[in-house]
Amino acid sequence: MTLQFAISPDFPPEHIPGWYIFNTWLQRELDCAIHLQLYDNFGDLREAIHADRLDLVYANPFDASLLVREKHFMPLARADNLQDEAVVLTADHHRARHIEDLRPGTVIAATDVPDIEMMGMIMIEPADLNRNNTQRITCDNYVMVAKQLLNDEADIGFFLAEAFDNLSDLVKNQLRPLVRSQIQVIHHSLMAGPALQERHATLQQLLTTMDTSEKGQGVLDALKIHRWSPLAQEDSEFMIDLMDTLMIS
Amino acid sequence: MQDMCPGDIAGNYTEHRLRYFDGSQRTVLVSETETPYPEGRLIVSRTDLEGVLTHVNQSFVDMAGYTEQELIGAPHSILRHPDMPKAAFADLWQTVTAGKPWQGYVKNLRKDGGYYWVLATVIPNVREGRVVSYTSVRRKPSRGKVEEHAALYRKLRREES
Ligand SMILES: Cc1cc2nc3c(=O)[nH]c(=O)nc-3n(C[C@H](O)[C@H](O)[C@H](O)COP(=O)(O)O)c2cc1C
Repeated sequence: MTLQFAISPDFPPEHIPGWYIFNTWLQRELDCAIHLQLYDNFGDLREAIHADRLDLVYANPFDASLLVREKHFMPLARADNLQDEAVVLTADHHRARHIEDLRPGTVIAATDVPDIEMMGMIMIEPADLNRNNTQRITCDNYVMVAKQLLNDEADIGFFLAEAFDNLSDLVKNQLRPLVRSQIQVIHHSLMAGPALQERHATLQQLLTTMDTSEKGQGVLDALKIHRWSPLAQEDSEFMIDLMDTLMIS
Repeated sequence: MQDMCPGDIAGNYTEHRLRYFDGSQRTVLVSETETPYPEGRLIVSRTDLEGVLTHVNQSFVDMAGYTEQELIGAPHSILRHPDMPKAAFADLWQTVTAGKPWQGYVKNLRKDGGYYWVLATVIPNVREGRVVSYTSVRRKPSRGKVEEHAALYRKLRREES
């Protein structure tokens, strides 16, 4: 049986080789075939989850609830150096200096990454902005979001904080963060499906100790992950509860 | 709960006697100093089924002004402000004990007598089909909503007495 492994579509493109290296390592360690699937949009990924086609998923926090509470996936691990935090940006030349300066009719540029979207919308609530009184430009990636701001096509943009930090100084200096989230408990998770239930403990042990071997460390380096920290069921349940409160508006 | 101490209060204050749902009473000391909501943060707590705090995050500790040790094991009403109407919390408890999420604007009382406004969401935590605890996550409210609710709560308070 070949296991099916999917990566949430919001992976940074420069990590693609890293995920293939990781998959090769995992196949060798588990001594079984694993097919790695990189979805390019969240709709396709969710369709695969709903159809029970996946065994391992590196999931956006937004999909954690579906995986854990409806599809009985079990959390394995999280990258201990990566968190999902969002930044709301304007162009440096934009008149808004604070979130409260924004007015109804504000044009938002954003990608389709669901947790960043949710955090962005929460951070503009203090200006009484919501889905009904804002306009939207959906972009394929963060570079396009930045472009919309610099060209005055959009007033604000929603960014993954890490993606903003990794922009070139040339672009970054033309942008202004209005607010940056510091939630600290929302993160991507590696999760295993029901078919892997018996091997869950083995798999978790493998992942959380891979940084202790030279080979494992090399694989992690390719993904810019320091180490995998174990995730208990209740850790994920807590994050899902938190996400649930944030989805109520 | 212990009465609040004058030594903890920054600046001028007024004294109020609060009577809680369980019949207990506490003297609270209240000042007019507002602490602004911390930008980009969420204030998170979890309680048991009786509303006793079992988890607080750092933003909760910072805003409440109590230490984590003082908070864990205390009833959530340690933050109750005398300007909050009883009806708001009655609605909160009625909603969450029915298994539904509750959302509302809340003025909270700090240990130093000051206050802060939040938009709070409370949900029941369901494990294996049973409600085992409650989680509350607060976010920054808009100024317009705060003023609207301050006026509404004043009216409700007047009608209580
Ligand atoms: C998860 C959760 C969070 C709560 N958060 C607050 C809060 O931030 N401030 C507050 O005054 N009451 C909060 N309450 C309500 C209190 O339990 C309590 O009902 C309220 O302070 C009024 O006190 P009383 O019910 O003893 O009259 C919360 C309750 C729950 C279950």
